[in-house]
Amino acid sequence: MKTFTYEKAATPEAAVKDIDTSGAKFIAGGTNLLDLMKLQVETPDKLVDISRLDLAKIEEREDGGLTIGALVPNSDLAADRRVVAKYEVLSRALLAGASGQLRNKATTGGNLLQRTRCYYFYDTAAACNKREPGSGCSAIGGFNRILAVLGTSEHCIATHPSDMAVAMRALDATIVTLKADGDRRRISIHDFYRLPGDTPQIENALEAGELITHIELPAPPKGKQEYRKVRDRASYAFALVSVAAVVDVQNGVIASASLAFGGLGPMPWRNPAVEAALVGKAPSDAVFEAAATALLADAKGYGSNDFKIPLARRTLIATLRNVTGA
Amino acid sequence: MHFTINGQSYDVEPDIRTSVLDLCREHLGLTGSKKGCDHGQCGACTVLINGRRVNSCLTLAVMHQDDEITTIEGIGQPGNLHALQEAFVRHDGYQCGYCTPGQICSAVGMLDEVKKGWASHASGDLTDPKFDDAEISERMSGNLCRCAAYPNIVDAIREVGGAEPAGRTADEKDAAMEANARGELVA
Repeated sequence: MKTFTYEKAATPEAAVKDIDTSGAKFIAGGTNLLDLMKLQVETPDKLVDISRLDLAKIEEREDGGLTIGALVPNSDLAADRRVVAKYEVLSRALLAGASGQLRNKATTGGNLLQRTRCYYFYDTAAACNKREPGSGCSAIGGFNRILAVLGTSEHCIATHPSDMAVAMRALDATIVTLKADGDRRRISIHDFYRLPGDTPQIENALEAGELITHIELPAPPKGKQEYRKVRDRASYAFALVSVAAVVDVQNGVIASASLAFGGLGPMPWRNPAVEAALVGKAPSDAVFEAAATALLADAKGYGSNDFKIPLARRTLIATLRNVTGA
Repeated sequence: MHFTINGQSYDVEPDIRTSVLDLCREHLGLTGSKKGCDHGQCGACTVLINGRRVNSCLTLAVMHQDDEITTIEGIGQPGNLHALQEAFVRHDGYQCGYCTPGQICSAVGMLDEVKKGWASHASGDLTDPKFDDAEISERMSGNLCRCAAYPNIVDAIREVGGAEPAGRTADEKDAAMEANARGELVA
């Protein structure tokens, strides 16, 4: 690990001021950042410790939604009785990720910013445009079984590894930030992540030194919720394919549907065409097939991850059968 | 830097990069916590920080100067074993023993999570999680055992945590215990 200087921030306002070099980074749970620092994939020259800031509360808002502090640990968020009762898809997604130890340490804000688990991103001897822009992509043509089939570019086929963020996307979360100049921003999760294009090193809309302070969930959605995750082991493994579903059936017709996907793309994936194929229709396998076709219309396999395309189709259909009772 | 570990105060000046695990092992002689992968994948380094189980390899010592850290040395000592340590011995919950301190620290934290009513991925109803073998396996999945002593680890934790054996109801368990008490061998 490269050495660094360390500062403990007393307030969010002080934290954003402490990020005064391009090599400085915030650290909270640190479960991903320290892992990458040990491998020298990340080499910050300064760490600003934000772990003790007063951002670890979950609060109800007047509009019926929840405001979640960025430092709420994953385990506390999953166990919160309001989340369990009204946003079960989020609890389920959190509990499907990582281990008990990691969930106790990892934070809500940090989870959103997890880096890809692409083998070549971790291997500093390999080419990786995300780690070292312009160096190439060893994953294309390499071992890419766990990597993306949607939203890729010729420069990067990494997946976003989070389960939590997939549920957050299905729930239309908003990310609240504090910028170095003291301004606050509210960014829809739908606008937060970036496709790789020819700049795979840019993963989200955050500016340099911008701090996530809260995540807002709108009032609980109508309908049944499910998080279904397919992985190589029964526990403690990243998703090959996952589906976060919130679907409301009224009088035998799908009144609303919100579907987000993990393991398929460089960001928690959502495509309005999938939902358009469902809403207003009576639930049936033919309708679910049409939704899967809409999801996977532009899917592109890279050899060893080709299996994800039929797997995503089947996982989506199975999830839709379950949440609609069809 | 100042640390409180197993109720004892320590003042040391380790390198800023030192993890809680390396602080314990390399600076304080607390070698019970083990380094397996050093990347948060194996759980051998599990300790309790303010009562919560975490991977000590994945957290910086400098960030935990105001916290109560508990390692396996603070869980129990020779002659004063924790119930889980006794159960691991009784059920032979190991072969080489390298993962055992992490398994036990993790199980201590895990049983507290169960007590708080936290559900897991194995829970059918998140508001009313049952505690059975499937729950133990899921909740302990962050602790690997290269010797694969898993069945005996589950037995030990089940005994202390009061979980139901797989496939047996409470009544069946009571009947088996009564039969055992009568001298009839029931598996």
